Amino acid sequence: MRALGIILAGGKNERLKDLSTNRALAAMPVAGSYRSIDFALSNMTNSGVSKVAVVTQYNSRSLIEHLSSSKWWDFGRKHGGLHVFTPYMTNENSFWYRGTADAIYQNLSYLKNSHEPYAIIAQGDGVVKVDYSKVLQYHIEKRADITMVCYEEKNKRELNRFGIATVDQDNRIIEFEEKPIEPEGNLVSTGMYIIRRRLLIELIESCAKEERHDFVSDVIVRYRKQKKIYAYIHEGYWRSIASLESYFETNMDFLDKSIRDDFFRKTPNIMSKVEDEPPVKINYGSTVSNSLCSSGSIINGNIEDSILFRKVFIGNNSVVKNAIILNDTYIGDHCHIENAIIDSHCNLEEGTVVKGKENEIIIIKTKDSSYK
Amino acid sequence: MRKKEIVAMLLAGGQGSRLGVLTSHVAKPAVSFGGKYRIIDFTLSNCINSGIDTVGVLTQYQPLLLNQHIGIGIPWDLDKNFGGVTILPPFVSKDNNAWYTGTANAVYQNIPYIDYYNPEYILILSGDHIYKMDYEMMLNYHKKKKADVTIAVYRVPIEDAHRFGLVKTEEDGKIYDFEEKPPNPTSDLASMGIYIFEWKAFRQALILSEESYEDSDFGKHILPYMLSKNFNLYAYEFDGFWKDVGTLEAYWDANMQLIDLVPEFNLYESYWKIYTKNEVQPPQFIGQGASVEMCILGEGAEIYGHVYNSVIGSNVIIEKDAIIRDSIIMNSAIIGEGVQIYKSIIAEKALIGAHTKIGMGEDVINEEQPHIYYSGISVVGEKTVIPPNVEIGKNCAIDGPVTKSSFIDNKLASGKNLIIGEGSD
Repeated sequence: MRALGIILAGGKNERLKDLSTNRALAAMPVAGSYRSIDFALSNMTNSGVSKVAVVTQYNSRSLIEHLSSSKWWDFGRKHGGLHVFTPYMTNENSFWYRGTADAIYQNLSYLKNSHEPYAIIAQGDGVVKVDYSKVLQYHIEKRADITMVCYEEKNKRELNRFGIATVDQDNRIIEFEEKPIEPEGNLVSTGMYIIRRRLLIELIESCAKEERHDFVSDVIVRYRKQKKIYAYIHEGYWRSIASLESYFETNMDFLDKSIRDDFFRKTPNIMSKVEDEPPVKINYGSTVSNSLCSSGSIINGNIEDSILFRKVFIGNNSVVKNAIILNDTYIGDHCHIENAIIDSHCNLEEGTVVKGKENEIIIIKTKDSSYK
Repeated sequence: MRKKEIVAMLLAGGQGSRLGVLTSHVAKPAVSFGGKYRIIDFTLSNCINSGIDTVGVLTQYQPLLLNQHIGIGIPWDLDKNFGGVTILPPFVSKDNNAWYTGTANAVYQNIPYIDYYNPEYILILSGDHIYKMDYEMMLNYHKKKKADVTIAVYRVPIEDAHRFGLVKTEEDGKIYDFEEKPPNPTSDLASMGIYIFEWKAFRQALILSEESYEDSDFGKHILPYMLSKNFNLYAYEFDGFWKDVGTLEAYWDANMQLIDLVPEFNLYESYWKIYTKNEVQPPQFIGQGASVEMCILGEGAEIYGHVYNSVIGSNVIIEKDAIIRDSIIMNSAIIGEGVQIYKSIIAEKALIGAHTKIGMGEDVINEEQPHIYYSGISVVGEKTVIPPNVEIGKNCAIDGPVTKSSFIDNKLASGKNLIIGEGSD
């Protein structure tokens, strides 16, 4: 592959409320047995990208732990590999990353010392399966300066949280609005780009000179007319999990067979750190319906329309309905959990009742400030 | 010179013929177990959990799957710069007949492998038991007793003792005699096939035994020889869970024990994890209208039917209205709509056509292989495709490229085999 990868996984996020106080967005558990960054990493390795940098700063410990070995995504190679870039101090610079462009600028030597002609930029919070070799082919065919992977958000969900592109007949982007209050279109930027490495260096350096730090507003929006920016329309599933609403919905989407088949049964696979948990155990008297359960879990109660992550224990006569139970959580006997997200490492005593509403999901957070 | 204190040699070359068609295409240590594991995973995990990071795996019978499974040992953290796991297949040399002719002969042929690590102790293991054991404790015992050989033993009911190799010990554990499967046993201490040897003495014994016997074997030759030469042999009694899975019945039993409310062999303890190659990672899905009770399910299994008291492997699909009871469905098998399966074993990647019934009718012991298929369990071999709407009895074995026309009146009566092609021997 003639491209290197950059995964932006650093952002602070408040839309996920309590769930992200101790956890990087890219390390959010998704779909039972994955972390959200697994999708970005798997897409890279499955597209043949062998050298990837993950740029992170906010709550990075949870993410770095997940990435402690790169072999799960097949990045443990002599050439290339997985690099994690956290902010560091030098004589000239003692800033944290002041934005996405600044984060790349502070690690510009990674780009300068590479030989791959192209760079692929992706986000750590996108749940998507995409073949970058196809995007790159498109990029070359269009003779684009920048190719932006876009997604047509037919349901118009949360449009004001994304950049919205307007394209001409040739899919060249003619207008781009970042997080508009009244969006005109529904062509959402997924935050995935392909750009020539030398051009990226040039653009980032000129940004830095002008004390500008954000890749979207200071590169994409500013250069949208001067440079040829093309939209590559991604046809499959895409969702960013960066809000409570979308996090809940994205997880629940995996109860849909077509989405599950697309991610889990069609090659290439999405890879994750191997956790070596034993099979799910479903004991006498349990009923489980339309739910995902993950390895290491033991179920005694009644589960309906829910997602159980790894190492969850459900006690006798407990009911879990339309809920997400994150890893390592213990739910005692006779509990009732409905329309809720239970954070990891929670311990719900016998008889606990947590009832949210369908449009008002309750989050139960672990009391100790565990970072997992 | 760099050295390892202890090197493990894991004997994984046997066929395990009493597992019937389950071992037609794979060696016994590679047979699936417990939803997502293979039998050898337990021994390999025991090694790394006991701090033994140098393991030679001796293969011979159908090694392909075993090779793929073990690879360079990543799942067990046995990918090391010095040490790690090494697969040791038979090889040809100037003055050698290539095949491994006996357990001790196999180790003898690999003396150069062991010499490279210059160890003090050798641990001999076999890859066909289900157990969790801390070999370090056994090694400590070996050192404390100043033994030349330590044999792990397990107390078995005296009425079963005739099936085992037995040791007789003095009060302090010193062994003074062996009995190999005696008709009238006088001891209930069965050898588990796990030995620790002093390498120097053991090396000499291997060479001597090789000169005298063509099929040099631990139980038959090495141990009796060392006893006769007044070496110190001690028995180390192990009282945890240890299960031989050498017969279909024992294999089925050991799987079913994992389903118990609190299983005696508990996979859910985090301090002694069992590692395996995880080819599949997605979570398990249970559909609307499905029912699952008293089961364990491997990664990526999708259940739309009704499953009770069964062990379900990774990536298995059970379609709607299917009923599975008391059965073992191995990795990547697909069970069609409306299928009924009772007390049967469906091997990896098998496909059961819609509305087929397996494990029906009377309990008739198998005609051709009564020593294998006698416990009521029917077995469908790896990658075997069973056509829709057929009825299969108990104690049946089906393997190979069967078709609709292989069945008479769409039926296979209890106790009959339908084995086509390579699996027929």
